[in-house]
Amino acid sequence: MTDVLTQPRPIRLKGRSFLALALTPELPVQDWLVRLDDLAARSAGFFLRRPVVLDVEGLDIDRQELRDLVNELSTRNVRVMGIEGARTSQLGPDMPPAMTDGRAAADFEAPAVSEKTASEKTGAADPVQSVVMEPVSGAATTTPSLVVSRPVRSGQSIFFPEGDVTIIGSVASGAEVVAGGSIHVYGPLRGRAMAGTMGNAEARIFCRKLEAELIAIDGFYKTADDMEPELRGKPVQVWLEGETIKAATLG
Amino acid sequence: MGKVIVVTSGKGGVGKTTSSAALGAALAQGGEKVVVVDFDVGLRNLDLVMGAERRVVYDLVNVIQGEAKLTQALIRDKRVETLYLLPASQTRDKDNLTPEGVEKVIAALKNAFDWVICDSPAGIERGATLAMRHADVAIVVTNPEVSSVRDSDRIIGLLDSKTLKAENGERVEKHLLLTRYDALRAERGDMLKVDDVLEILSIPLLGIIPESMDVLRASNVGAPVTLADNRSAPAIAYFEATRRLKGENLPITIPGDKRGFFGKIFGRKAA
Repeated sequence: MTDVLTQPRPIRLKGRSFLALALTPELPVQDWLVRLDDLAARSAGFFLRRPVVLDVEGLDIDRQELRDLVNELSTRNVRVMGIEGARTSQLGPDMPPAMTDGRAAADFEAPAVSEKTASEKTGAADPVQSVVMEPVSGAATTTPSLVVSRPVRSGQSIFFPEGDVTIIGSVASGAEVVAGGSIHVYGPLRGRAMAGTMGNAEARIFCRKLEAELIAIDGFYKTADDMEPELRGKPVQVWLEGETIKAATLG
Repeated sequence: MGKVIVVTSGKGGVGKTTSSAALGAALAQGGEKVVVVDFDVGLRNLDLVMGAERRVVYDLVNVIQGEAKLTQALIRDKRVETLYLLPASQTRDKDNLTPEGVEKVIAALKNAFDWVICDSPAGIERGATLAMRHADVAIVVTNPEVSSVRDSDRIIGLLDSKTLKAENGERVEKHLLLTRYDALRAERGDMLKVDDVLEILSIPLLGIIPESMDVLRASNVGAPVTLADNRSAPAIAYFEATRRLKGENLPITIPGDKRGFFGKIFGRKAA
């Protein structure tokens, strides 16, 4: 019997990048594990449910030692989803897959060091940094955008971390728009607008009529009370200069 | 096949029940067959406003749970013979309303009546979402004040996402009914003005019902305001809203204002 292809539609394969925590172990591994335990002790659950990538670039260990390290980590509830910078000879089929093309992103905030431990370990930088993994993505990099052609009503939330959001209509009081890129509102902006939420300080907010409850760019925010009263009701653009939110009328 | 209307608002106390009864009675006086369904299980009021509280035997929950037939639960109005009421249960809670049960009841009512008016409970929970679920038309009742307007906006969002029509990619026809409007207070700035509300909600206006003692008086004697005194200002406004609901293109008058609504807008711009 031959299988009949009943579904002519191909399976969709998509590339997507995610933010993971990258751990860079140092030799001797036992000492590094002690420091890791110390870090975990300061914040229970720091590694829980976090995707973790092990960066072993330039680390002189063999396959068995690497396997032991991954097992050691898993007994500490650190689940390694991939290994970066490993030679093929270091990896086996029973180990997490190799990951390539990692891009640096903002560092993860390590749990606060209590004063006692800090004085004990000055200079020992926490080997915790993050990378963005970018699996092979076929298409040329175009900035994705989302167009919403109806008003965003109170209680509704438009969440689009991939790029720009354009709203043709109003954003009501009690509604929110969250975008990885810029936000354009062709109507009154009365709710919340948060642009550049994935760490894009270049993102801007544009609106026909500024009556927002809150605006934010890259995590810096201003509430309605902090906004210049002369901008209210005007067409306005908002951008970030250093750590200050700037706003000016348009046109 | 009848049309299903939901009268909703999000906020409580804005006049959903009063409006459901008034519009129902106005439609029925035109000879059409109307049923008004109370979805406010546990806090029923529609029977009082329609003066049928002493004739309730079975209710919506009984019908849904198969304890009574629909015809047993329907109460015919004593004044207008094409007007019916399907009361809510006062003793059960909203969890007794099942989506399948509501669907069956609404389907049966659509077959027997020209208009099925669903009086929604306040809030955005089960009772309210089930009341709007099968609507063809939504009447959003709003008072001219900020919290009512914001809650109405929230409800419009739900009408665009949680109704059967929205899930099938269609749109529920939405109308704004501005109630308890007091021209003097609006002019003084104590209330939002009509065009402010319209600008925020951006849905077509069905009518403006003036704040009036006649409404309270009608409720207390157990008659929809369109039956109690059909020459009173609120009754006239409800009758006009009814004509617009049926598709008539009637200019809207702001109560307490001699000029038409559009005349007012243009009059101000010229000044």
